[in-house]
Amino acid sequence: MVQERPLPTFQASESQVTRDEGHLIYEDMVLGRYFEDKCAELYQRGKVKGFVHLYNGQEAVCSGVVKAMRADDYVCSTYRDHVHALSAGVSARAVMAELFGKETGCSKGRGGSMHMFSKEHNMLGGFAFIGEGIPVALGAAFQTRYRHDAMGDTSADQVTAAFFGDGTTNNGQFFECLNMAALWKLPILFVVENNKWAIGMAHERASSQAEIYKKASVFGMPGYEVDGMNVLAVREAAKTAVERARAGEGPTLLECLTYRYRGHSVADPDELRPVDEKKFWRDRDPIKRFEAYLLEQDLSTAADLKAIRDKITDVVEDALTFAEESPDPNPADLYKYIFAED
Amino acid sequence: MAQTFLFDALREAIDEEMARDQTVMVMGEDVGQYGGSYKVTKDLYEKYGELRVLDTPIAENSFTGMGIGAAMTGLRPIIEGMNMGFLLLAFNQISNNAGMLRYTSGGNFKIPVVIRGPGGVGSQLGAEHSQRLEAYFQAVPGLKIVACSTPRNAKGLLKAAIRDDNPVLFFEHVLLYFNKEDLPDDEYILPLDKAEMVRPGKDVTILTYSRMRYHVMKAVESLEQKGYDPEVIDLISLKPIDYETIGESIRKTHRVIIVEECMRTGGIAAEIIASINDRFFDELDGPVIRMSSQDIPTPYNKGLEDLTIVQPAQIEEAVEKIMQGRL
Repeated sequence: MVQERPLPTFQASESQVTRDEGHLIYEDMVLGRYFEDKCAELYQRGKVKGFVHLYNGQEAVCSGVVKAMRADDYVCSTYRDHVHALSAGVSARAVMAELFGKETGCSKGRGGSMHMFSKEHNMLGGFAFIGEGIPVALGAAFQTRYRHDAMGDTSADQVTAAFFGDGTTNNGQFFECLNMAALWKLPILFVVENNKWAIGMAHERASSQAEIYKKASVFGMPGYEVDGMNVLAVREAAKTAVERARAGEGPTLLECLTYRYRGHSVADPDELRPVDEKKFWRDRDPIKRFEAYLLEQDLSTAADLKAIRDKITDVVEDALTFAEESPDPNPADLYKYIFAED
Repeated sequence: MAQTFLFDALREAIDEEMARDQTVMVMGEDVGQYGGSYKVTKDLYEKYGELRVLDTPIAENSFTGMGIGAAMTGLRPIIEGMNMGFLLLAFNQISNNAGMLRYTSGGNFKIPVVIRGPGGVGSQLGAEHSQRLEAYFQAVPGLKIVACSTPRNAKGLLKAAIRDDNPVLFFEHVLLYFNKEDLPDDEYILPLDKAEMVRPGKDVTILTYSRMRYHVMKAVESLEQKGYDPEVIDLISLKPIDYETIGESIRKTHRVIIVEECMRTGGIAAEIIASINDRFFDELDGPVIRMSSQDIPTPYNKGLEDLTIVQPAQIEEAVEKIMQGRL
């Protein structure tokens, strides 16, 4: 057995979710899981092209954070972005159609797997280079503070969540943006999804201080180590951070300890990660764990949860049909969207 | 009215646009309390406050990305590169996000940012502070690139750039900030995509931009005395290039010389020559002449620095040769 960093303990009793909230979170996690399973299948069948990075195993992080935010808050993601887009409210149809490169995709088929955007849902992207999305997210957070303080718009209280991985925390943009966010008390959450591996580079081999949450303290910012396989733990930490951000008290760093069940991308042979490590994390599956919680707390019944799973199965199948039947972009529109006037 | 320095013309443009539109703001190194390293934002910090004139830490890639994120969500940031060379550190944000994101997002977001600052070969500033970057950025889809050259066009173009919904790279020249001229009293805006006719003529078309405009005009003084009548066009827009104005001129002169401060290899002139061949080949009496700076890092030594960029005497000689059919 590999020596795992101990997951922080979390008392589920600290958490209060209503039945409706519980079902919403559960549905969001199941959607993330089933959608990605379908992507893997479609890639193997040659229906979906390009680099495709799947989110299986990490669902508690996205659902825990985004479902603790408002619909008008901002979400910024990486190349592993399908599920962040879904949680932010982009329809499964629009995300699937984007994977098929169709005109009905959320980025009109111009972006692909790593570039999911939706202005309507304040989904800022889909950034495929490491760290480059963090400054963009910082800009959205700056904009909120600017509207509030420089333009006198008291309704401007949106919060931005920037998601990125452990590998990104060795990149300059991470440190530069933590500095500026703290300096200007910007309403932003830096959500590190520490899944232990940057493709084939183990986190401890890349980072001289492997405990990422500790890096917040040098910027005078709260940093929390969170069990990223427990959606309630993520949700509680996120709620604290969102409240702090919305109150104008500044940024928070959340290090969510999690794991991706699949390789870095569907093209990754995934030969380096030990079998017992994978088992350790799969045994903590966030969806099964939340199911058990909902049943134990009498917030749900097995029939309720099955109904949700069946519904999501249909949603994903519907998205696939929609994507397959959608038109390709018009070749005459090759140059469309280069400039704002187009 | 009093003559206005180029740096002050830029300051007036920013001031007027900030007064007109609350979403316009300035960010960069030393733009606030210090007033900008070339005083382009002097006194604006006091007038508009620390959020609208934001002093940033020295983190070019990140604050450029921040400006892009702010632009995506509705602000109109003017990002100052203290020296445009420093923007090499922000190349990723300028290329992937300022230039390409609108397209990659299928038109979801527009990115109304201006990225401006001093560029070009200065006076013995050494290689890193005397960059010729415009060609590096020319290939990036989605960017507009503008080079101002006079107080008048600096002001009118910067106002247009701020109002434009696209990312605009706005090159000022480090040696032109203290040029001065009378500016119109009334508000004016100049188009970002139009070349400026500097001197109409009939013999030969000289295309130039930024500081080389002055080297060209110095050569033209002597050439006039020798009886030549060259047409001088300041490109202003380096992307897109105004081929309409260029075409009209070529149909008149049938001869073209391009004088640029940019390096020869992969330069602005290289691109224009290829396009002139595509569009106006039958109008040409001979090959287009390219006068560029040398393909070397800008040397510190004054003599070597002078040899690196095109000098007026060389332009004069090139015009005489082309007119005598020797080029």
